[in-house]
Amino acid sequence: MDRNNNYQSPTVDYRLPAVVVENVHKSYGSVQALRGVSFEVERGEIFGIIGPDGAGKTSLFRIMATLILAQEGICTVDEFDVVKDYKQVRKRIGYMPGRFSLYQDMSVEENLTFFSAVFGTTIRENYHLIGDIYRQLEPFKNRRAGNLSGGMKQKLALCCALIHKPSVLFLDEPTTGVDPVSRKEFWEMLKRLQKQDITVIVSTPYMDEANLCDRIALIKSGRFMTIDTPYNIINSFDTPLWSAKSDRMFRLLGDLRQYTAVDNCYVSSEFHHFTVRENDFDPKTLAVQLMEKGHENIRIEQIEPTIEDCYMHLAKN
Amino acid sequence: MSEDIVIYTKNLTKKFGSFTAVDNINFEVHRGEIFGFLGANGAGKTTAMRMLCGLSKPTSGEGYVAGFDIRKQPEKIKQSIGYMSQKFSLYEDLKVWENIRLYAGIYGMKDHHIAEKTEDLLEKLHFTKERNTLVASLPLGWKQKLAFSVSIFHEPKIVFLDEPTGGVDPATRRQFWEMIYEAADRGITIFVTTHYMDEAEYCNRVSIMVDGRIDALDTPHNLKEQFNAHSMDQVFRRLARKAERKE
Repeated sequence: MDRNNNYQSPTVDYRLPAVVVENVHKSYGSVQALRGVSFEVERGEIFGIIGPDGAGKTSLFRIMATLILAQEGICTVDEFDVVKDYKQVRKRIGYMPGRFSLYQDMSVEENLTFFSAVFGTTIRENYHLIGDIYRQLEPFKNRRAGNLSGGMKQKLALCCALIHKPSVLFLDEPTTGVDPVSRKEFWEMLKRLQKQDITVIVSTPYMDEANLCDRIALIKSGRFMTIDTPYNIINSFDTPLWSAKSDRMFRLLGDLRQYTAVDNCYVSSEFHHFTVRENDFDPKTLAVQLMEKGHENIRIEQIEPTIEDCYMHLAKN
Repeated sequence: MSEDIVIYTKNLTKKFGSFTAVDNINFEVHRGEIFGFLGANGAGKTTAMRMLCGLSKPTSGEGYVAGFDIRKQPEKIKQSIGYMSQKFSLYEDLKVWENIRLYAGIYGMKDHHIAEKTEDLLEKLHFTKERNTLVASLPLGWKQKLAFSVSIFHEPKIVFLDEPTGGVDPATRRQFWEMIYEAADRGITIFVTTHYMDEAEYCNRVSIMVDGRIDALDTPHNLKEQFNAHSMDQVFRRLARKAERKE
């Protein structure tokens, strides 16, 4: 393979969806990891997959990345079938698995050179894609990848996934264990990649990141519960939501749950959030009861839901 | 020192060669308190925590944990604390009950006491059916709940939690935090690091480390007032942006 002259980024039809998944099923023995998942991701979209551990997120990523086979269903990337045309698909995608999977005993620079060579390109050719991130790594370019801190490993993994200018980028929990400032930088970079028409499919346990996606899918037990924009998901929250606070927050949680009108109740930052069973729920009656139980500085208010509340609501039903 | 203070540090410092990982930190943690220990990756949290757990000797300064000197009595400290981290807590190739048995044994609990408490724990976690499951095959959230329960199984005075909920989904994180609240209610002091800023709000007090120093320490409410911010996320970003050193 001629490494320097022969490489071209894959051409794509911008009118067609970047990724199509249709009725995908995956089981491991008796465990059903995916039970008929279908969705399409538009070109240049940032598409988030949100759900608990064991919901099937990683299986889905591995199927789309041609690493495992589904038992049923179809999946295409840029119109190429992940089974039949797996070689074409592999050229077009970048994949960053949840577990660090670079060569720990090679240096930062060696890892990146290796991944460029595998895809028949060079670091220089696509430096514009990774420059923002790689500049932070350059002072450590001779350090072994295994000796990098968690945040640095993530950055290197992203560089390696991007170095061949993929058309679709799969990121399986890229920011887990990363601090809020670095996470913000990471997302700013995803937004810049999006401007270069790179499609991003990303999973995350952080609900503030879910908000930054164009559309999100909420997945539970191998099924998508909903697929929509964060805005529409929040708007479809169909029941009044309340918040409560007192000077004894742990006891308040138990006391709220014992109150018959209170339905789903959970902690949320400095408040507890809850939905109610009755339409004529009266916060004053609740406040009086709480006072009788020894709570002080009680505050009960009706609030607008966030994407996290939608998740809690869907996860319960 | 009063009975109520379970962690105390004075000018606690750790250097690696010319690099000052922890730079003169001073703070106290009270009994039954949930103390959030925040900072960016590389700010020095893990190094500080290792000194407090008796795993690493300070270069200078003092520290007392559960009434013991971190320089002179590290073994006493290890017996009085519990510890769990996101990265390692349980043995994956041991069964659920074997992990409980192993840790309880290490902390010197009596056999009959272990047997009795194991039943209670499995029931409380709804894990009775998983007794003989290898830990490797448990979902992450379950693993973390079990790891936390194991870390306080011997009823330590303090438990150190290093990013216990990393990667855990919102619903399971909340169940985890309810377990933390309950332990604190029983008088166990909680010392916890996290990258989730909503979890910072669940703490009684929070410290934020920047470049090895503690740059802020107060209740979440007061920190928000002090930094004129409406969330802990904003407070954190304002402070962390000042950081000069990179990971």
